[in-house]
This record gives sequence, structure tokens and C-alpha cells, in this order.
Amino acid sequence: MSNRLINWFKYASPASFYPVAGKMIPWFWLLAAMFGAAGLWLSFFVAPTDAVQGEGYRIIFVHVPASWMSMFIYLVMAGWAGIGLALNARLSGMMAQALAPTGALMAFLSLWTGAFWGKPMWGAWWVWDARLTSELILFFLYLGFMALQAAIDDPRRADKAGAILALVGVVNVPIIYFSVKWWNTLHQGASVSITKAPSMAMTMLWGMLLMALCLWMYSIAVALTRARAIMLEREAHADWVKTLAEVRA
Amino acid sequence: MNWNSPAEFFAMGGYALYVWGSFGVCALAMVLEPWLVRQRRNTIVQSLRRQARAEKLDKEHA
Repeated sequence: MSNRLINWFKYASPASFYPVAGKMIPWFWLLAAMFGAAGLWLSFFVAPTDAVQGEGYRIIFVHVPASWMSMFIYLVMAGWAGIGLALNARLSGMMAQALAPTGALMAFLSLWTGAFWGKPMWGAWWVWDARLTSELILFFLYLGFMALQAAIDDPRRADKAGAILALVGVVNVPIIYFSVKWWNTLHQGASVSITKAPSMAMTMLWGMLLMALCLWMYSIAVALTRARAIMLEREAHADWVKTLAEVRA
Repeated sequence: MNWNSPAEFFAMGGYALYVWGSFGVCALAMVLEPWLVRQRRNTIVQSLRRQARAEKLDKEHA
């Protein structure tokens, strides 16, 4: 029986995760490029012009996926941080640290593209609306997490402090998600809902989903690459690092 | 097909600044971030290599 189960704990050590991640990264880049090409094609050449917003609505194809990823990456980051606190595993802290800058970038892109959509449609780059403000707080949570980790010299202690910040900040994610329901806001409601039939053209929906998959694969590829660099930085004196082909003299 | 000419495509029905401002910055970010991560990796790999060379020299001269 035991040989039929994959020993997941084996991959919890940087020494065995490092080569596996290295093999996976090119595939995630390939997937990101394929989903990106298909998504852009649908976004610009297949999806019809919007009846109300004209061509300006096409910002949705990058705004919504970036916003989804900013929230999703935060949940994954907090998940890794929580596992790190509970099991005291080295890899967890490295993964959380590797995800934070990519999550911050997605939150920034969500705010940026939102501003560039708000200006022509609402007449303002920014309003202090519940959805926008809570997304801005998410961006600051990422920055706070990164700053806190950078301020503590001992990486294991930095992981623990960061993990607590990340876990407390999780409360913000449902606030962002439900903000358009809980408060009267300028921001429109959810673009995609599980309980309702899609209100937009199928091609628009597919364009958005493909772009989301592209950003998803991109995030995994970048975060894994960063995680590998962090592993080398933190474990510079470990034997497994010294025997790596790319490091040997 | 939504566009009759490339000019019409780039004009985005008058929303060029907003559409290309959004997609352009996203594209720029998705080029810059991997480049920065690559720099970070090169830095640590080079420093580890230097260290390995130094240790090797130490052993040879011991």
C-alpha cells in the first residue's frame, strides 16, 4: 500500500523541490504563451463591440484576470504561510515569499487598468469606492508583507512574522469579493457568477477565462523561478546546493 | 472581425489611450518582472560559483 502513495513530504524539502520546479517552469511558460495568444485573439478580434462602452470595455480582458489573480495569489500565499506556521517547514516560507511580489504586481495591475477604465466610463481615475479601496488595501498588504520580511534578518523569524500578517490580512479577500454586494458602489457587480447564467457574450467570457489562465500560468512560472532563487540564497551553505551542476566550479 | 483597417484597430473606437494604456503596462510588467527575477537568480548563482572556486583553490593550496 505504502508504495502506491506519493510521499508529498519528500517534496517539502528544498533539495528535492528545486530540481522538480526547474523542470516544470518551461512548461508553465509555454502554457502561459498559448493561453495568452488565444486570449488576446478572442479579446481583440472575436469578442464583439460592447453596446454601451464601445471598444473601451476591452480593458475587461486584462482587468478582471489581474484582479482575480491578485486575490487568488493572496489566498495561496496565506495558505503557504499558515502551513509554515503549523508544520514549521522551510519550503512554505520560501513559497510565501516568492509569491508576494507577483501578487503585489497583480494588485497593482488591477488598480492601474481599473483607473484606465474608470476615467473614460466614470470620468474619474479614482474614487473612494468600497471595491477600489479594499483592492488598494490588498496591494498595501502585499507591500507590508514584503517590507516586514525584508526588515527581519533571520529568515525563519521573518517567515513567522510575515505568516501572521498574511493570515490576518486574509479577512480582506472576502471583503473585496463581496464589496459590490454589501455596499452601493460605483463599481459594477461580479463579472462572472457561479449561481447566475452568464450575462455577457460567450466569446467575451471565454476571452476573459483564457486571459485568466494565461496570468495564472505566468504567475506560477515567475513564482517558481523566484522560489528557486530564494532557495539558493537561503541554503547557500547546504551540501545539496554545492553539488548542483550550475554552481560547481 | 471587428476591424476594417489597422488604423481602426489602433484607434480602438476612440479609447486608444485607455485600452493600450492598460494592455501596454501589463505587457511591460510581464516582461520586467521575469527579467528582474532572472537577474536575482544570476546574482546568487554567480556568487555561489565564486565561492565554489575559492573553496577549490583553498583545497589545492592546503
